[in-house]
Amino acid sequence: MYDKSLSEQSRALADGKLSSVELTQLYLDRIKQLDGNYNSYITVTEELALEQAKAADDRRAAGNASALTGIPLAHKDLFCTEGVKTTCGSKILDNFVAPYESTVTRNFKEAGSVMLGKTNMDEFAMGSSNENSYYGVVKNPWDTQAIPGGSSGGSAACVAARLAAGATGTDTGGSIRQPASHCGITGLKPTYGRVSRYGMIAYASSLDQAGPMTQTAEDAALMLNVMAGFDHRDSTCLDHEVPDYSANLNDSLEGLTVGLPKEYFSTGLDSEVEQRVRDAVAEYEKLGAKIKEVSLPNLELSIPSYYVIAPAEASSNLSRFDGARFGHRCENPEDLMDMYKRSRSEGFGEEVKRRILVGTYALSAGYYDAYYKKAQKIRRLIRDDFMNAFEQCDIIMGPNAPTSAFNIGEKSDDPVAMYLSDIYTLSVNLAGLPGMSVPAGMANGRPVGLQMIGRHFDESRLLNAAHRFQQETDFHLNRPTA
Amino acid sequence: MTWETVIGLEIHVQLATKTKIFSGASTAFGAEPNTQACAVDLGLPGVLPVVNEEAINKAIMFGLGIDAEINKVNVFERKNYFYPDLPKGYQTTQLEKPIVGAGNVEITLKDGSSKTVRIHHAHLEEDAGKSLHEDYHGMSGIDLNRAGTPLIEIVTEPDMRNAEEAVVFAKKLHSIVTTLGICDGEMSQGSMRFDVNVSVRPKGQEALGIRTETKNLNSFKFMEAAILKEVERQIDVIEDGGKIIQETRLYNGDTGEARSMRSKEEANDYRYFPCPDLLPIVIEDSRLKKLRAEMPEMPDAKKARFVSEFGLNEVDAEILSGDQATARFFETTAKSSGDAKLASNWVLGEVLKSLNANGTAISESPVSAEMLAGLIARIKDNTISGKIAKQVFEALWNGEGKDADAVIEKKGLKQVTDTGAIETMIDEVLAANAQQVENYRSAPPEKRGKMIGFFVGQAMKASKGKANPGMVNQILKKKLDG
Repeated sequence: MYDKSLSEQSRALADGKLSSVELTQLYLDRIKQLDGNYNSYITVTEELALEQAKAADDRRAAGNASALTGIPLAHKDLFCTEGVKTTCGSKILDNFVAPYESTVTRNFKEAGSVMLGKTNMDEFAMGSSNENSYYGVVKNPWDTQAIPGGSSGGSAACVAARLAAGATGTDTGGSIRQPASHCGITGLKPTYGRVSRYGMIAYASSLDQAGPMTQTAEDAALMLNVMAGFDHRDSTCLDHEVPDYSANLNDSLEGLTVGLPKEYFSTGLDSEVEQRVRDAVAEYEKLGAKIKEVSLPNLELSIPSYYVIAPAEASSNLSRFDGARFGHRCENPEDLMDMYKRSRSEGFGEEVKRRILVGTYALSAGYYDAYYKKAQKIRRLIRDDFMNAFEQCDIIMGPNAPTSAFNIGEKSDDPVAMYLSDIYTLSVNLAGLPGMSVPAGMANGRPVGLQMIGRHFDESRLLNAAHRFQQETDFHLNRPTA
Repeated sequence: MTWETVIGLEIHVQLATKTKIFSGASTAFGAEPNTQACAVDLGLPGVLPVVNEEAINKAIMFGLGIDAEINKVNVFERKNYFYPDLPKGYQTTQLEKPIVGAGNVEITLKDGSSKTVRIHHAHLEEDAGKSLHEDYHGMSGIDLNRAGTPLIEIVTEPDMRNAEEAVVFAKKLHSIVTTLGICDGEMSQGSMRFDVNVSVRPKGQEALGIRTETKNLNSFKFMEAAILKEVERQIDVIEDGGKIIQETRLYNGDTGEARSMRSKEEANDYRYFPCPDLLPIVIEDSRLKKLRAEMPEMPDAKKARFVSEFGLNEVDAEILSGDQATARFFETTAKSSGDAKLASNWVLGEVLKSLNANGTAISESPVSAEMLAGLIARIKDNTISGKIAKQVFEALWNGEGKDADAVIEKKGLKQVTDTGAIETMIDEVLAANAQQVENYRSAPPEKRGKMIGFFVGQAMKASKGKANPGMVNQILKKKLDG
């Protein structure tokens, strides 16, 4: 049953073919048996999971179960979960137990879902390889020499290895789509403002967005139904109608116009990756879609723009980790300054420090206009590019990353090379658009995903397109053989 | 050399909202430390701010109250610095787009002249917590109850030229915010705190001198003393050939000592940038219209009305309209007694004198406006004389009766207006003072006016002050002059 999709498990639970306790125990046993190979979980909440599974079974017996009741999920370890450690992949929060629940995890709790545990991630969601976690590298279940992608690498790996029915992730510059692509699973980053950020430890507030990571588009729709919606506790969460994301999955794609930005297929793109993407696009043509070349002329500027805005926001967001009220505090501080300096120096990892420094610099007097303000102007240009492209097409398609997963350690000494590999995903966050990755085969022996980008609040169309593709292909059914 | 002082003020005004500016925690003063700080105020990881609309309304009302521009789109920014009583490591405030733009405040000086002090702008921000450095054995205590209390910071142009102007302006501002009901005005609890920017320059010179800022003065008296001291210090430094250093200073009201806190060179780079967790505040015309309709009568308008409606002079009207409670007390007394002149004399005289002597607020006055009106009515209908009225007032102040009638009755203070009784009494006085009667009658008519005072005094004394003084005068004249 662990190999079935979340949707199939949901139907099996509804039909009484198994209980949530049985299903949950199945996953807990697999985690115990296999996660030593992948390191996808930071915390496994065995006791709590079984309690929740029991409660879910009772709820089903009482006749008020929903689609997600009793489904065992994993949550990225930056969603605050009341009474359960939330580390954000950092030493500085190694002892942090939140006294409150994030809106996303609360919504899953209220739906009766089971939490198996909290997944590994790049520290403070900063990274594209999951090598930046205080809790160790996550290994790609398809090839343990390979990175799983980041920053939601633990979530991607645990879904790929079938160590959870589905998982939550967050995406600030590609952190759902890129690991989904590298691990051969389905991942959706919703429109900025679609899902509440309350209780999600912030990296870059104007870019962060939570979304589902699953085997199939149908699964992602079920999870998004629970995640999406207005939250009065998040001022940037938009009060926009929430459709039933499962309702239009089977709609015809006849007449859909797919835009292929020429900048997505230029130098630097691995030829096998390009071939898988073009094969997938050809599949859409067969499904009745029209294909059109479009242009996103400022794509290259998304890297410098993102790597100014995100670190600038992060430098401020991470100021609260000062050793005063929670988290790591250095031993025997001599005075206030010493406490700040040593607590933060000891608590943060290299990449986090790098981004705090970059962001602090970009906001400093005399540099603000040249960096932060300019980056915001570029951000508007990038958004305008997408708006223009969407006048000619309904969905934009392309790769998620220039290559399939690289080897662990391959780029860890070269942050700039690592940043450059985010070229296809960053612009979507800068424009606040929904983006998705669906499995599209293998390149150089490792999975590759097709990226799809939609108009604001067009998640239904993305899910519909992804689902129809998955009806015609079986890439999403493949799983690593470990 | 003659020196001219230049003063500009920055005033922090705590807005009288029930809850904090970005959270639902209470703003009540005086609770046990850290009992009024919720997850948002503590800056826990993952929490987000949500703007308190009541704070926005109160800031708008201030703008309307001083005829300032209201910026229809205003933006919260983050001011980044580390301090233990600043939980997030940044203060959420406004910089480039404050809610209230330029406005004016009219002041009336002691010599009756008036002056305009220009307001540069007023912006919304959150208050910090408090650091407590005593009683913790070399450590510091942090109380975050105040963290997140809504403030407006009002910034004036450097338009004041001496301590008197600054104090008169400060009192006027106190009057404006308490009249508007946007602040409780409790200065001893920190509800209004003044930062004073002072510089001196040779009289006639246009360019401003180097200024210093003395922070956090929370009484008018301290403010005046701090300015006088700082002006003297600056002149001494310059006349001794020294230079003023731009610096932040502290003034201790209890000891009268002032000292330097930090110089400009040590100032932080606050790295302001727009807060990505909050959307720009957009103020619709309908909201302005609604608030405008709810505006109370402002002190200037009230003063003008007191002059026109009650025939008061400018100086009396200024004092009586100065604060909401005094104005209400006066107006109730004037209307219930039907004699505005007597009402103003009594409020400005006995009432304020007794309140000051006892340190009592007018809202707590043991003699209410209704009681005072009752007393005035008895003066007007000749039941008692003005002199006896003071005795009645004192008795009322001391709680010796529920109203003037009860005191007059109990103490037998009713004025004697029976002509026969007064004549009998006067006859006795004249008989006992035959020599004085002789002198009077032999004096020329122009000297008699003064001499009659003696007989009036004797007659009043004989009546224990209860005889109607007008009648005593009249009858005496008749009897003496024949």
